Amino acid sequence: MAGLYLHIPFCRRKCPYCDFFSTPATEFLLETYPDLLIRHLVWASEHGWSGSFDTIYFGGGTPSLLPPKTIADILHTIKQRFGLTHNAEITLEANPGTVTQDNLFGYRDSGVNRLSLGLQTCNDKHLTNLGRLHDRQEGFDAFGLARIAGFDNISLDLMFALPGQTKEELECDLNDYLELDPEHLSCYGLTAELETPLYQQVISGEMNLPDEDFYADAFIGVHDKLSQNHYDHYEIANYAKNGRTCRHNLGYWQRRPYLGIGAGAHSFCAEDWGQRREVPPDLTAYRDLVFSGQDPTQHLEGFDRESALSETVYLGLRTRRGVADSELRQRFGCTLQEAFPEAIKANAQWLLHHNGRWALTPAGWLLFDRLILSFL
Amino acid sequence: MKQSQIRNFSIIAHIDHGKSTLADRLLEVTGTLSDREKTDQFLDKMDLERERGITIKAQAVRLSYRAADGQDYILNLIDTPGHVDFTYEVSRSLSACEGALLVVDASQGVEAQTLANVYLAIDENLEVFPVLNKIDLPSAEPEIVRAEIEEIIGLDASDAVVCSAKTGLGVEAILEAIVAKIPPPQGDPDAPLKALIFDSWYDPYQGVIVLVRMIDGSMKKGDKIRLMASRTEHEILKVGVFAPHTVAVDELTAGEVGFITASIKVVADAKVGDTITHVHNPTAAALPGFKEVKPMVFSGLYPIDSGDYEDLRDAMEKLRLNDSSFSFEPENSVALGFGFRCGFLGLLHMEIIQERLEREFGVDLITTAPTVVYKVTTVTGETIKVDSANKLPDVQSIDHIEEPFILASVHVPNEFVGAVLALCEEKRGKQREIKYLTANRVMVIYELPLNEIVMDFFDRLKSLSRGYASLDYEHLDYRPSELVRLNVLINGDLVDALSLIVHRDKAQYRGRDLVSKMKEFIPRQQFEVAIQAAIGNKVIARETVKALRKDVTAKCYGGDISRKRKLLEKQKEGKKRMKQVGNVELPQEAFLAILKVKENK
Repeated sequence: MAGLYLHIPFCRRKCPYCDFFSTPATEFLLETYPDLLIRHLVWASEHGWSGSFDTIYFGGGTPSLLPPKTIADILHTIKQRFGLTHNAEITLEANPGTVTQDNLFGYRDSGVNRLSLGLQTCNDKHLTNLGRLHDRQEGFDAFGLARIAGFDNISLDLMFALPGQTKEELECDLNDYLELDPEHLSCYGLTAELETPLYQQVISGEMNLPDEDFYADAFIGVHDKLSQNHYDHYEIANYAKNGRTCRHNLGYWQRRPYLGIGAGAHSFCAEDWGQRREVPPDLTAYRDLVFSGQDPTQHLEGFDRESALSETVYLGLRTRRGVADSELRQRFGCTLQEAFPEAIKANAQWLLHHNGRWALTPAGWLLFDRLILSFL
Repeated sequence: MKQSQIRNFSIIAHIDHGKSTLADRLLEVTGTLSDREKTDQFLDKMDLERERGITIKAQAVRLSYRAADGQDYILNLIDTPGHVDFTYEVSRSLSACEGALLVVDASQGVEAQTLANVYLAIDENLEVFPVLNKIDLPSAEPEIVRAEIEEIIGLDASDAVVCSAKTGLGVEAILEAIVAKIPPPQGDPDAPLKALIFDSWYDPYQGVIVLVRMIDGSMKKGDKIRLMASRTEHEILKVGVFAPHTVAVDELTAGEVGFITASIKVVADAKVGDTITHVHNPTAAALPGFKEVKPMVFSGLYPIDSGDYEDLRDAMEKLRLNDSSFSFEPENSVALGFGFRCGFLGLLHMEIIQERLEREFGVDLITTAPTVVYKVTTVTGETIKVDSANKLPDVQSIDHIEEPFILASVHVPNEFVGAVLALCEEKRGKQREIKYLTANRVMVIYELPLNEIVMDFFDRLKSLSRGYASLDYEHLDYRPSELVRLNVLINGDLVDALSLIVHRDKAQYRGRDLVSKMKEFIPRQQFEVAIQAAIGNKVIARETVKALRKDVTAKCYGGDISRKRKLLEKQKEGKKRMKQVGNVELPQEAFLAILKVKENK
């Protein structure tokens, strides 16, 4: 079963820490971009991609800048061209500053059944620092309105290790989030990604991120608190209650195929050992290619058995479910132990082997980038 | 060419005083270089020389110049290195000349190294005349520097040429002064052949190229020659000059400078300082030649990837073809595996060799802390030379140890004298003399153990004097000393490659300093890393590198997977430049931590 990702590459204002492809939202873009997506979908349906899709994800940028009618049109095209499974997960990322009662009802009516709200924090000082457009109250309101509109599967973003953040402030955030009681939480430590304004501020010393120890304590603190409150820490940065994991994102980590639509979107085709393609993050080039009926994607990388195995482990170990011996044997003819005896030995301290699955402990997740090197 | 029309000269200058720029200008003004060839520092052929702004190898270039008197002259510029490590190169270059320009920065004044080289030139009976360079700088004080040259060196500077190699001002005047002041060579063109080898290097296409200064007689292609010291005979294949590219000539006669090739396969057969004569009708007496230089500083060089061992050996052999002052022999380390113990003239020489090996031959290296050669007398009365802490015998079998001392001359402005004295005292120095050269310029002379110099003396000197102090030294003798072996333990395991020989009184401080510096160089690992310094079994210092707690990419979704995974793969490549010792990964710099000066101490 495949996933479908649609990239909406524009925002009212770009957040200084964000390294996703996004441009300022102009009237022109808002009017013309959806048509490109529909044409791209049609093109993909005629060039090898077929449904049905099990998950759809509108990501950005800020998808909630698109009116519900547009979302409905796009979903209509998808149903027509590919089909959807009957309980397909359809997620829309929404910025609390851009939602209203009306458009939330509209999204729900169009078929969107999962909302991912970019709350980030409930602390007004930090919201301002992060350059967000909403404040604490607007965040709460957006969540309340989403519930009223009928969303029973809501994910909230929580950001920690913010510049100048104290333990108490994080504790306060966690309590606020638990009060809201969302089905899903994505929790990220703020990192200065290359080529972001935040990175420049950190390099120049204008902004100080909390140190390694604060980050580590916060990560473990969030894990403990959310676990106690029945959230399953099912991936490095993701928690879900009652099995409401994000099936779309799980697909990425399980190396299932996905089709990426829109400028900057990636696709993964799982045939043979796999191939990843990207639509370059260039709106003009994208428009030209889509209008002239050409393939808007470029080859990014191809895999052989060895690189596919490495990536399977690299992605699998990000999840609580981990890497299953049986699945590895079926796909690659070997177990993890057989393929990476040295790496397993070196990382034994952070690896759990349970019911035929290998997974990292939360402390191991904190060192993921280091530990995974021996599997690459 | 008549000898009266030849001038052989060299340029003496402190680093940064503009020697290479001036050489470029002389080439340019005499039309020796075409416009297309005008790169900066033309004579510094190695990338390293250009980057560091230093000259490592000697060069000889023939300039043709029509002087104001209407006559054509041949000016042979014999370029020399300017660093204390390469003093021997200077002295042999000087012996091929009749004169030298003393180039002094008109705002900086005379430096210790310049002084040492001027004395070498005066010892060789060279005609030395001063040139004040960088006169275009606002800070230039030609009158003060002129007085300084007279007071410090005792050289008449009243008619010193004032120039700016950068703008070209005064360059013609320099050329005129070379013609007017430097005496022409005085050899006998009809006497039996006598030529001095003042440099030689290996060329893969022609064999060894031999730079010669003709003293008496002449030689041409086809001549049968004898190298008097190495007692080998060869037939000359090619005779030529550098102008600055090689130009074949029919013959070289008395007074000229040029090169020959003669199917000589190894540089060792054409030793610098040897005398060339004809097999038939040889000269009666050879020239005095040069002392062979001996490596003074030793360190271990190890490939990071043990698979590179053979490549490293080949690369070293190639380097040694052109640098007989560099020595190496195989060595073994428990921590680092197979490598080489190498001998260098000094620290700069060591750095240069290391950089050339990495750059020109692509071998990643670990260099261990430099050491000097100790003389150890055992209880049985045997004397052994020890060039590595690991070769030091057991304490029980040592009767006493001697270490080499040098006589160091530090040339420094008055205001820094106190700091220099403090440093020399800290380095176990014995004061010999403090000379006031001028009201503001002081020469501090100390007897110092070489062991202290090869650590961080030079960097400390530079930093405490804000770059104004300069150092020159000569070797004195060996003296008995209380020396001990300082060991470093990483997570309890002794890392032999990090052991040092230090003075007993310094051991505590060195140990503390070393572990705290190492702490800065060792990145956090998945576990805690303990760094200990110990003498025998006694731990004298300890630092801990805390365990890594966080290294994670929080977000990884569909569009991130390829890029973020590739970043990690790149990191993994980078880690290959670290050396795994036990289960700890040590970066290259950790092995040389002892050399790094602490800021703001």
